[in-house]
Amino acid sequence: MDTILEMRGITKEFPGVKALDNVNVSVRRGEIRALVGENGAGKSTLMKVLSGVYPAGTYDGEILYEGQPMAFRGIADSEELGIIIIHQELALVPELSIAENIFLGNEIAHRGIIDWPETKRRTVALLEKVGLDEHPETKVDDLGLGKQQLVEIAKALSKDVRLLILDEPTSSLNERDSDALLDLLIDLRDREGLSAIMISHKLNEVSKVADSLTVLRDGMTVTSRDMSDSSYGEAEIIRDMVGRSMSDRYPARTPKIGETVMEVRNWMVHHPTHTGRLVVDNVNFHLRRGEVLGIAGLMGAGRTELAMSLFGQEYGRAITGEVRINGAHADLTTIPKAIKAGLAYVTEDRKSYGLVLDETIRRNIPLANLEAVAKRGVVDDRREASVADEYRRRINIKCASIEQETVNLSGGNQQKVVLSKWLFADPEILILDEPTRGIDVGAKFEIYTIIAELAAMGKSIIVISSEMPELLGITDRLYVMNEGRFVGELPTPEATQEKIMAMIVNSGE
Amino acid sequence: MDLAKSTPPKPSPRSARPAPKSAMSYLRKHMREYGILFALIVIMVFFQVTTDGILLKPVNLTNLILQNSYIVIMAVGMLLVIVSGNIDLSVGSVLGFIGALAAVMIVNWHVPYVLAGIICLAMGAVIGMAQGFWVAFYKIPSFIVTLAGMLVFKGLTLWLLEGQSVGPFPENFQLIASGFVPDIFGVERFNMVSLMVGVVVAGGILYLATRSRMEQVRAGLVEEPFPFFVGKYGLITIALVYMSYLMATFRGLPNVFIVMALLIAIYSFVANRTTVGRRIYAIGGNAKAAKLSGIPSEKLIFLTFANMGMLAALAGLVFAARLNTATPKAGVSFELDVIAAVFIGGASMSGGVGTIVGAVVGAFIMGVMNNGMSILGIGIDWQQVIKGLVLLAAVVFDVYNKKKG
Repeated sequence: MDTILEMRGITKEFPGVKALDNVNVSVRRGEIRALVGENGAGKSTLMKVLSGVYPAGTYDGEILYEGQPMAFRGIADSEELGIIIIHQELALVPELSIAENIFLGNEIAHRGIIDWPETKRRTVALLEKVGLDEHPETKVDDLGLGKQQLVEIAKALSKDVRLLILDEPTSSLNERDSDALLDLLIDLRDREGLSAIMISHKLNEVSKVADSLTVLRDGMTVTSRDMSDSSYGEAEIIRDMVGRSMSDRYPARTPKIGETVMEVRNWMVHHPTHTGRLVVDNVNFHLRRGEVLGIAGLMGAGRTELAMSLFGQEYGRAITGEVRINGAHADLTTIPKAIKAGLAYVTEDRKSYGLVLDETIRRNIPLANLEAVAKRGVVDDRREASVADEYRRRINIKCASIEQETVNLSGGNQQKVVLSKWLFADPEILILDEPTRGIDVGAKFEIYTIIAELAAMGKSIIVISSEMPELLGITDRLYVMNEGRFVGELPTPEATQEKIMAMIVNSGE
Repeated sequence: MDLAKSTPPKPSPRSARPAPKSAMSYLRKHMREYGILFALIVIMVFFQVTTDGILLKPVNLTNLILQNSYIVIMAVGMLLVIVSGNIDLSVGSVLGFIGALAAVMIVNWHVPYVLAGIICLAMGAVIGMAQGFWVAFYKIPSFIVTLAGMLVFKGLTLWLLEGQSVGPFPENFQLIASGFVPDIFGVERFNMVSLMVGVVVAGGILYLATRSRMEQVRAGLVEEPFPFFVGKYGLITIALVYMSYLMATFRGLPNVFIVMALLIAIYSFVANRTTVGRRIYAIGGNAKAAKLSGIPSEKLIFLTFANMGMLAALAGLVFAARLNTATPKAGVSFELDVIAAVFIGGASMSGGVGTIVGAVVGAFIMGVMNNGMSILGIGIDWQQVIKGLVLLAAVVFDVYNKKKG
């Protein structure tokens, strides 16, 4: 088998972060290579380099494709040569039909006029190939996520794909859809000789479909192996992915847990547009002083929706149930009221919901508690600056100065700015939604340390996370959420990933 | 990292900061602020030369200010609307409507002009609220709400005036727009009070700037290199004093100039220093983040529209007083000049970026070009073309700068 792709010595830097450091990956013709690593290991960045999202010149290193050196200026360049990437967030237009989506930007047309019969004929053929039994004119919005993923693959096939890149293709799929997708990949490889790179951190999937494997960690290639190497099993892969034992990744702490601070009873939340659809279904939980409480679950389990419905009813309709804080009924119907009641919500999407990116660190930090740096409605610049500077030092925001615009900070430092904003509002209860998503390992440790210190100060913290090791590493107690319901509760010392998964899987029965 | 301790362990925050950046890198970062001022100067010099000095003749300078006063007044309000991420297309029509309302009240119904003025301002605020209500609380795009408002108030103006011009106004009312600060010293052919006002305003600006710079020095936050500080405020002081001197040799500073100066000062303060101003910038910069930070976005957007309505009403009074009549055509397409001024002044279409002073400078760039090109005898056709291209160039420059920065 000859080599279709070779990436040599790829290095890519962002302000403040070295995302890739001398990475080497190669793919042979007709094989599926798995690319594994933790969040933030650099997998997606590497694929963006390969597909030209980061154009030639913005990174160091060499890309050889079909033996030729490549310098892609954009996605169009790489697509023309048959390198097709399917992103984790699907890139389909929900209001258009399957056929329109498949040939979007690549329409079958004569002098600008689309040939619909031919489009449909080819769509039917492609759908058959990917095993999707749907009419070509069905709106993509009406398909489930699994089927949408298949449409993406059909779209890739329509472009004469020679190297398919899949970025966590099953992350939002249920087990049945995942299996179907993986079978399809194997089938395409065996029948059509498709070469592919699959990014994943689900090792069972990797074992099922991959011929070879490359492990990335902290932006570096740790190892590249053939899956047939029997001395290299899942335990070895995990060791290489994590790179250190579990105990070093989380700060040690001795929990000092006090009385119940918050109690949520019979919390029900309906979908904001689909009336009658329950997103949070009769959730009951309590939170104690000094406690770090975890909420585990898969993507789409309703955890963010639960958090945002509690925080000023920012999400959902027809919300019922009761919240008691320190024993008294709490009115959380608007965000200012929720903040006043002592709540803070640190969003999972800091760029869209957390920061004013064009403004400086100094102006972002006091935003949730501007009165505290103002007198009779007039902001005291000096107080504001000293507050911002205090947080810069206290939680170690790495920046040139507090006058730096937050858009130029690395993910970890942006997260620290968002955390600072909420710490300055002095809440009793912090809800942290995916607090370490997309930030590097060093910064993660710092965020964990902040969480531990906040708990030690007597704050109560709810951590929502899709990374189970993280929840097991930093929380005191866990709730497991699935399809809008709390399906289990565990003291963290008794919890394992298997137990949590079992709770999720068994909850449907 | 020690959250438990409330006192910072290291007492010297200044040592943690890098040395002040070089003048060049500072200039690059603040290109749009200086660029616009520089552009105004270049344009003024250009027309001063090509019109053989007519541009800065006292009588023309006075005219220039009177002609642009209502645009400047509205640009101040529009800046806040645009910074919050919205737009108001109705201001021209509201200006016309309020002028008509004032004329009907004062001329036809003989309402005392002070009372009529107050009613007009209140009416403007109510109109702003009526539009802001839909934008803020019902999330109807402001473009559409105010486009509707533009049609509605254009129609109401016609209805109110019954298609006729109404005027003239009593003399005292006209003084809003055509009056000058009184001369109490009686120096021959020289309005001493005007010069003094100019000197006092310049002195005030210098004092405030120096004070805030000293505060910055104490807090260790100085960014602007000292020569820039001196240059900028030196230029502003000289320009103000020289301008008031020039106008003192004619009839003195127009009353409208005082009104404008007050508005600029007040709204700059509101935009930069108050919690309300900060929050408006935050809403425009990232509406969702602002909302999740507990900022009452709806109320503030409502407020910016109410304020815009009131300022459009004020501009309507000034404009009517200046023409000494209310006509059904008053205010047509003024909204475009106002919006252009704000964007030339460096505001961003997506919100969150822009300054009051920038918007005012933008208004004067348009004003000086109108005035200069008219003196040169350039037809209205080419004036429009050139103004359009200047607007495009200003925004392209902004975007290019942002990409590079």
